[in-house]
Amino acid sequence: MDMPAPDAAIMARKAEVVARLQSVLPDGAVIHDPQETRAYECDGLVAYKCPPMAAVLPASTDEVSAVLKVCHEMGVPVVPRGSGTSLAGGALPTADSVILGVARLNAVLETDYDNRVIRVQSGRTNLSVSGTVEEQGFFYAPDPSSQLACAIAGNIAMNSGGAHCLKYGVTTNNLLGVTMVLMDGTVVEVGGAHLDAPGLDLLGVICGSEGQLGVVTEATLRILAKPEGARPVLIGFDSDEVAGACVSDIIKAGVLPVAIEFMDRPCIRATDDFSGAGYPDCEALLIVEVEGSEAEIAEQLGVITGIARQHNPVELRESGSDEESARIWLGRKAAFGAMGQINDYMCLDGTIPVSALPLVLRRIGELSKEYGLDVANVFHAGDGNMHPLILYDANKDGDLQTCEALGEEILKLCVEVGGCLTGEHGVGIEKRELMRVQYSDDDLEAQMSVKDVFDPAWLLNPAKVFPLTSSSARRDAA
Amino acid sequence: MTPETETELSEAVRDAAGPLAVVAGGTRAHGATGAPLSVAGLNGVRLYEPGALTLVVGAGTPLAEVEATLAEEGQRLAFEPPDMRRLLAKVADSGTGDPTIGGVVATNASGPRRIQTGACRDHLLGVRFVDGSGTIIKNGGRVMKNVTGYDLVKLLCGSHGTLGVLSEVALKVLPAADAMAVVRIEGLSVSDAVSAMSQALGSPWDVTGAAHLPGEAPQTLIRVEGSAASVAERGGKLAALLGQGAEVDVDPDPEIWADVRDATVFAGGSEDVWRVSVKPSDAPEVVRRVPASKLLLDWGGGLIWAGVAPGSDVRGMLGDVAGHATLVRAESATRTRLGTFHPEATPLAAISEGLRSKFDPRGILNRGVMG
Repeated sequence: MDMPAPDAAIMARKAEVVARLQSVLPDGAVIHDPQETRAYECDGLVAYKCPPMAAVLPASTDEVSAVLKVCHEMGVPVVPRGSGTSLAGGALPTADSVILGVARLNAVLETDYDNRVIRVQSGRTNLSVSGTVEEQGFFYAPDPSSQLACAIAGNIAMNSGGAHCLKYGVTTNNLLGVTMVLMDGTVVEVGGAHLDAPGLDLLGVICGSEGQLGVVTEATLRILAKPEGARPVLIGFDSDEVAGACVSDIIKAGVLPVAIEFMDRPCIRATDDFSGAGYPDCEALLIVEVEGSEAEIAEQLGVITGIARQHNPVELRESGSDEESARIWLGRKAAFGAMGQINDYMCLDGTIPVSALPLVLRRIGELSKEYGLDVANVFHAGDGNMHPLILYDANKDGDLQTCEALGEEILKLCVEVGGCLTGEHGVGIEKRELMRVQYSDDDLEAQMSVKDVFDPAWLLNPAKVFPLTSSSARRDAA
Repeated sequence: MTPETETELSEAVRDAAGPLAVVAGGTRAHGATGAPLSVAGLNGVRLYEPGALTLVVGAGTPLAEVEATLAEEGQRLAFEPPDMRRLLAKVADSGTGDPTIGGVVATNASGPRRIQTGACRDHLLGVRFVDGSGTIIKNGGRVMKNVTGYDLVKLLCGSHGTLGVLSEVALKVLPAADAMAVVRIEGLSVSDAVSAMSQALGSPWDVTGAAHLPGEAPQTLIRVEGSAASVAERGGKLAALLGQGAEVDVDPDPEIWADVRDATVFAGGSEDVWRVSVKPSDAPEVVRRVPASKLLLDWGGGLIWAGVAPGSDVRGMLGDVAGHATLVRAESATRTRLGTFHPEATPLAAISEGLRSKFDPRGILNRGVMG
């Protein structure tokens, strides 16, 4: 994965850049010692590393504005960073860039239960937003796997999802307003506690723009009342196809579970060995969770198990208690950790129409053989968001490249069947060059023209999202 | 012009010698001058997969056709798109024609269920459109989770034809509910009604509608949907929670929600109609400030429909209340004087203008409709 060559002229002015940043920030908020900037050399896509020229940790919207003004005046690229959990390289620096970390912006500004909103600074972690409102019986719905660590700022940048999107949507469906600083330091308020926009839906395009349009410092988020209860059922099948057909039938039947998770055999085995969840020995496994009162849960599970039985499951395990529910989820929640223990892995994130599930799983199996690397599948089946995990050995020459090539083939397949390259992780650098598989030059031009409006100098996270050759004219002109 | 294909649409825009007024069903006049460009010829269901909850249709497809197609599979557009014909019937060039899905998307038209399931923009998965230069552009797709590149889908939704002419839209659809129950409280003040609706919406019982109809016999309506057993159970719990004489109706007339959705209380009247969007707890203050002859509160109080004396400037009356007011029905002189949309703060107005000039450099698409 290439990154543009850093601008030597900017790097030559490092001392001046650092001095000016120090002049607008409190002591200790500018990190420039090469030993210390290494802490910001990568995000969750650890295969790629590059320490930034400097990193800043502003603690207010005004400080963010001051930082951006300095960088704008001096023509220094800025890479915004939430908690650095991006799996797509969204927060990967270049050597001539300043990392703008929002970690110190972590306050809760307002909780408003009557209007069902919370306003937080953007560095606050996802899980702690729910934690803040939990005692009052509320929660914040988007729940990416990294929710313990990931920041709301990163969630907004990547439009993060989670396991419960089928019912609750993703970040963009739960975000009502932001305070955002443009690259020239201008502070804008978009949206608020009311529900719709007065003009163009700017909030809609800001969410998911991967830190390329502005730096979000505060967010108004929708909070929801927690359901009375939730219960999963585990269903094992002797083929992927049958499991896929069962998912489609459940959705068609008119019940809307909050989650339908799918695991294939390689994943079931690995996670079961790791977690001791006691999963059945089968080809495919579904975990379907429903919510509501006791009676509503029983009614919905009745429909779901009825449909499942028509597909001759090899196992159908209804939870009878909280412990049993936890046990059903245990392996699924440990899946990534389990895979990480046996191997290095690359986690893909393509989405497909649910109807294409059997075909895609079969093709992934064939491609896996062709490339000689194992692939385990664990994903949100209800919404078609796949997470194939390609297992490779980082210490073996060429294995990463083979893995990336296989990953490309799988993502192309997702697009071919009517899906997309990334469902919730974002493009970052990882899928940047594949954007042409999904979008024409005209499509990309339209997207880039949005950045032209928000950040005419192309200084915010410039080498992400768009193929480097597509964005080069704009980046070079800056 | 009524192009039959996307290519013809693209040529029509590219070759346009002057401003274009984009129309679909033509149920609401948007006031743009220019040669009429209709997307009515771009119609029909392109793809419908009930098991994947997705529908792809031409922008000119009548809403009624979309809804009938979905109903056959027990599904629906969950955001409950309103039909503005009865409200607009007396406005010149409005209130006739058949609503189309393109018109719904271009205006982000969303009904009472918006508070629970989201707006049209939350159910729009993908768009194909022709920008002001005639270039065909696609964004999004037909899958529910998609963060591939910028979300122009949301930007186009509610852009009132000013950024591009929609040719095709992909939507997330949802199962229709088997049953509905309505919890009804009579006689509440606006302030007490908003409190009751907030309490209901803050409960775990999945309220899908919360409206208040003030007047001589005020009614507050709370809706739950689902299976028959479930709505009876939740309706009962809500009535117990809310008290104040709340009664559960497990067999309500569905038309009451169509009336809320379409704001039919204003049908046939001569007052101007405004739509005010605020946080629900500000609704009583808005009602105090705006001398309305007729009112309707939806979205738990977050959406206030106000009927006022012709020519009144509701926007000016809001003062420091955060939110915005859209002019829905008025004489064209009032519309010209006050504008349809609430002015944006300066930096945002500049961004919106910048986007319009990028997507429509000649400024020919629905000129003046948004800014």
